[in-house]
Amino acid sequence: MSLNIIVTVKQVPDTHHIAADAMKPDGTVNRSALPAIVNPDDLHALEEALKIKERLGASVTAITMGPDNAIEVLRECLYRGADDVILLSDRRFAGSDTLATSYVLKCAIDKIGSYDLVICGHQAIDGDTAQVGPQLAEKLGVNQLTHVSEVVDVSKESITVKRSVENGHERAKSRLPVLLTVTSEANVPRPPSAKRALAFKHLDSKACDGPYENVYLEPDTCIEVDHIKEWDADAIGADAERCGISGSPTRVKKIENVVLVAGDIKQVSNDEADISEMIRELVDAHIIA
Amino acid sequence: MGRANPVMVFIECRDHHIAEVSIELICEAGRLAEKIGAPVEAVALGYQIQDDLEVLGQYGCRRVHYLEDKRLAHFTSVPFARAMVKVIKEIEPRIVLFGATKIGRDVAPRVASTLKCGLTADCTALEIGEHRTKDKEYTDILLQIRPAFGGNILATIISPDSTPSMATVRDGVMKRTDPDPAQTTEIVKTDHGLSDEDFLTEVLEVVEKERDVDLKAAKIIVSAGMGACNTESLSLIKELATLLGGEVGASRPVVDSGLLGKDHQVGQTGVAVNPNLYIACGISGQIQHRAGMSGAKRIVAINDNPAAPIFGIAHYGIVGNVMDILPKLIKTFKARNSA
Repeated sequence: MSLNIIVTVKQVPDTHHIAADAMKPDGTVNRSALPAIVNPDDLHALEEALKIKERLGASVTAITMGPDNAIEVLRECLYRGADDVILLSDRRFAGSDTLATSYVLKCAIDKIGSYDLVICGHQAIDGDTAQVGPQLAEKLGVNQLTHVSEVVDVSKESITVKRSVENGHERAKSRLPVLLTVTSEANVPRPPSAKRALAFKHLDSKACDGPYENVYLEPDTCIEVDHIKEWDADAIGADAERCGISGSPTRVKKIENVVLVAGDIKQVSNDEADISEMIRELVDAHIIA
Repeated sequence: MGRANPVMVFIECRDHHIAEVSIELICEAGRLAEKIGAPVEAVALGYQIQDDLEVLGQYGCRRVHYLEDKRLAHFTSVPFARAMVKVIKEIEPRIVLFGATKIGRDVAPRVASTLKCGLTADCTALEIGEHRTKDKEYTDILLQIRPAFGGNILATIISPDSTPSMATVRDGVMKRTDPDPAQTTEIVKTDHGLSDEDFLTEVLEVVEKERDVDLKAAKIIVSAGMGACNTESLSLIKELATLLGGEVGASRPVVDSGLLGKDHQVGQTGVAVNPNLYIACGISGQIQHRAGMSGAKRIVAINDNPAAPIFGIAHYGIVGNVMDILPKLIKTFKARNSA
């Protein structure tokens, strides 16, 4: 019996390339205006799952919640070696905060059924909250090991990790099942495989509401698999009231553009005499000795 | 919500020292509590730390709910979260604040998930305010302010329909008030209700690492941004910092690039600093960065883009390239020292 590993991934706007129309008037993100990428920490989560698969044997299932085009991040997971991927997409999921998101992920994982490890990225670059991992662990009723920088040992019963703590790190051990959040120190994610990319790049999603079947998507054998499973709220038995905006306790009350009040700035030229004068002023003001 | 519903702070205590962020949050809780006429209370989990908790009284904490157990001497997620949930359910605070530390960011989401309440990470300001919707009016609710989305905006987050409102705040963001030695706190030993089955994590080894740098205590910080994200610029920055008896800071992208360790990161997701002098080298000054350094007494900004936001808060602005300006600064300072 090999391990079942679930990896959560998120499509995020590339926050290094932000356009002016990135925010909608209601304070939520206008994702369509931004280039979308796989959240960087999530690639480290996937890599850790694939490494465990290589060590012990495992099936790795990547799930994401997002709009239709979030399927792209699932394809990226397939290219790197995920065995199965599932898209959680429903208009009723829109506007979810971390609590509603963790609820939707929990319902999907319940539908998948058995798992030994859930591996999440430490945090997403669009929100930087690092909340979904611990919230998902709570909803699943499993233990959590956050800030994992190394998987030291893993067996079919337990896992030992190195995780950062405030003044250093610790080695901690937990029985399975457990949820890990993985930081970028853990590994270097492998690049996509050209063979797998060729095999999977045309796969589209198809709504499914039957029970979960673990069908491995393998380039050589995926004759009959011609789609990526797509589940909506009904398919995962989610209470619509607990999804999306209605399931999210937090609201964006307002957003403000940051306007800087011009202070009493003193322009200093790059002339040495000017710089010397500035240093004299700082010394006189007892700012430097 | 009645007057008795407190503003509550989750206390972290390491080696018999209350974490600075916990003290800062007690002070901030006092400011918020005054506005809504509520008391400040705290929750502490640990073992043999009762004496260490006394100091909280001097900062305005009226009561500490103390959960003592040898098994709580070291943090693990599930027991801490379960015990916090139990206390929150009993005391019904209207606001709960956590340090945005490794522990706070691990436990707070787990607690929020159980209580189905709102939680906002890494707030840079907290206020009490009101909110109106079409059919409802909320008064005296917690406004949680944090930069969002690349730093171009400041978002105010509320969670008006769930209690408590919870937030995490980084070390150094909130200001510490002066302690009043005459003030004391009541320490109430509270039952945690945990069983052995809750202790799911076995901590095998803890390795303490000396911090590379303690920016919070530094009087002078010379900091690198993307305009100085190369080894040549960094060696000049280190040289200047040493010369000035200061420390080296950095913006997040520089830390992400791996050139400097995480301990050097200044800003919303790093450390908030209050030095006498902050020299920003090639730092554009996104709000996340400014959130961590705008309290410096004097800010010198060096940037080749005259429109960089950093110049909006700097006291001295030098438009130019870091590689050009820094050698001049070093030279001038050396000349001064030898004079």
